[in-house]
Amino acid sequence: MSLLSVRDLTVKFAMRDQTVTALNQISFDVRRGERLGIVGESGAGKSITGFALMNLLSQPGYIDSGHVMFGGEDIVRFSDAQMRRIRGNRMAMIFQDPMVTLNPVLTIGQQMVETLRAHRKLSRAEAEQISILKLREVYIPSPEERLEQYPHELSGGMRQRIVIAIALLLDPELIIADEPTTALDVTIQADIMDLLLELCQSNKVGLILITHDLGVVSQMTERTLVMYAGRIIEAGPTRQIINDPQHPYTQGLINALPQQTLPGHRLKQIPGNMPSPAALPAGCPFHPRCDFAVDICRRVRPEIMRFAEVEIACHEVSRLHGIPYKEESA
Amino acid sequence: MSSLSTNEIPASRWSRIWNSKMGHSFRGNPVAVVSLAIFLVIAFGAIFAPLIAPFDPYDPGQIDIMNSEYPPIWIEGADPQFLFGTDDQGRDLWSTILYGTRLSLMIGLCAVALQAVLGISIGLLAGYIGGRLDSLLMRLADIQLSFSTLMVAIIFLAVTQAMFGSETFNQYAIYFLIAVIGVAEWPQYARTVRATVLAEKKKEYVDSARVLGFGPMRIMVRHILPNSLSPIFVISTVQVANAIISEASLSFLGLGMPPSQPSLGSLISSGFDYIFSGSWWITAIPGVVLVVLVLVINLLGDWMRDVLNPKLYKG
Repeated sequence: MSLLSVRDLTVKFAMRDQTVTALNQISFDVRRGERLGIVGESGAGKSITGFALMNLLSQPGYIDSGHVMFGGEDIVRFSDAQMRRIRGNRMAMIFQDPMVTLNPVLTIGQQMVETLRAHRKLSRAEAEQISILKLREVYIPSPEERLEQYPHELSGGMRQRIVIAIALLLDPELIIADEPTTALDVTIQADIMDLLLELCQSNKVGLILITHDLGVVSQMTERTLVMYAGRIIEAGPTRQIINDPQHPYTQGLINALPQQTLPGHRLKQIPGNMPSPAALPAGCPFHPRCDFAVDICRRVRPEIMRFAEVEIACHEVSRLHGIPYKEESA
Repeated sequence: MSSLSTNEIPASRWSRIWNSKMGHSFRGNPVAVVSLAIFLVIAFGAIFAPLIAPFDPYDPGQIDIMNSEYPPIWIEGADPQFLFGTDDQGRDLWSTILYGTRLSLMIGLCAVALQAVLGISIGLLAGYIGGRLDSLLMRLADIQLSFSTLMVAIIFLAVTQAMFGSETFNQYAIYFLIAVIGVAEWPQYARTVRATVLAEKKKEYVDSARVLGFGPMRIMVRHILPNSLSPIFVISTVQVANAIISEASLSFLGLGMPPSQPSLGSLISSGFDYIFSGSWWITAIPGVVLVVLVLVINLLGDWMRDVLNPKLYKG
């Protein structure tokens, strides 16, 4: 049974004059200990997915429909108090910028002890012992002293390690990492990713890695979702998606990587911008930027379909697989 | 490095403050140093008034009407046992000022504490929860602010004075003053705190606190509030000065501390009747003390505002 099972999750934002659909019928699964990557451009709905899984969308966003089954229970229907017992405890989240995710006025120790004691009945001394163990797990030198320090006394890489240690404090079953290395130096990025990979593997923790970096996804994850304009357009084993992308958008993303271009040549890019979720084009949301777009792409929104191990939402791919265009699903 | 930080932490709280950004700025600012020194002298005098004052102005047994209206000792015709002279009832002005400053400071601080408790809780709730509650609380604050503090206080104190009779009123005057000054000025705090909370709650450490499963109470009190302290400090100094002035004004108008237990304001007021008969010191000396006290508090507040300016501080 999968650890996390998301079905037809739809998230909307109630703006003043209209309701915008930010996530449209997202479905995916994460098995226990599995690492899943979610990639896409800015505004594709990656981060909103993370917050929706935590049931922490802030106003004016809300979960309109769908289910998030976590450990067999539908947490969309959980009360805030029930949800609080899951957050941090069974499901943890790591954010982009460790400079701002730690509370600047509390010491590292205070933040770790507080987190532990919010979920477990522990004495201060016991909580400190666990904190020291966890800091050691993320290779923080002399952890006893770090407990006394404030976040501003530590470097960015060190802080992100501490953020990871806090996420792991209560031995969660799932970690959602939202661009965990974007704000860090390139050299430290690799360290942090290796650490995250190692910890997830050794503790059998599920990981949802939200990123726009395909290189990171290919190293870190077993399965990948590609999102575009609030929908999943391609999903499957990471190796297959990186080596043999089917959807024209995924192909564009991979061709845009610098490694794919000869030195001295212009980088390939996908023309245009992602449409705003408030003004999606009719038909396939990607068609204005797609080289393969035909008449039907402008009229009918493609459904996601399974082809062997991969799921793809594209008329052209369906046609190549011998499935005729479906006119009625408009 | 390791032994350094572990050994120093318990002993060095004071030196950490001294060497902090605020400490440096403080030492580099003579106005702040002098203001704090004067404030500490006044506060010391106020706190230890019973030990310092040569007479007890509350004890009628020590007051002799025959001693009334002696001038301060540097003026001819003074009695050397009365440093600043005596008032119309023969009380030693020096002792009375010490006791009066004590009352004024106490009322000022307690009123501000009450304002802070009310204002900070309301501001936190309004800012963090937002929505309808925010609109409701902020409209209440607007309504409250549309009455002048003094007007509210005068009406309230006049009514209570009439209700309880002046004897009971005089007995509890200090509590009434604290309550009315405290309640009348909470919107100052509430608005400042709300504005800071609105800015703070968008920061990612609040998201990460929510993600860790903390409840709204804990996030408000333990995470957002400590990050909103700078403007609270600044506003507190200004509010203490304001509260002392409000108290003095009310006492001057006869709605505050009774003449038998004078604060600085009622002392100024009681001397006012004699100012034209030549006994200027009964009004002037407490007046100077009041002005100096309020001035140094405001100067300290100005300095603090400069230091805690978020643009300079958080960068």
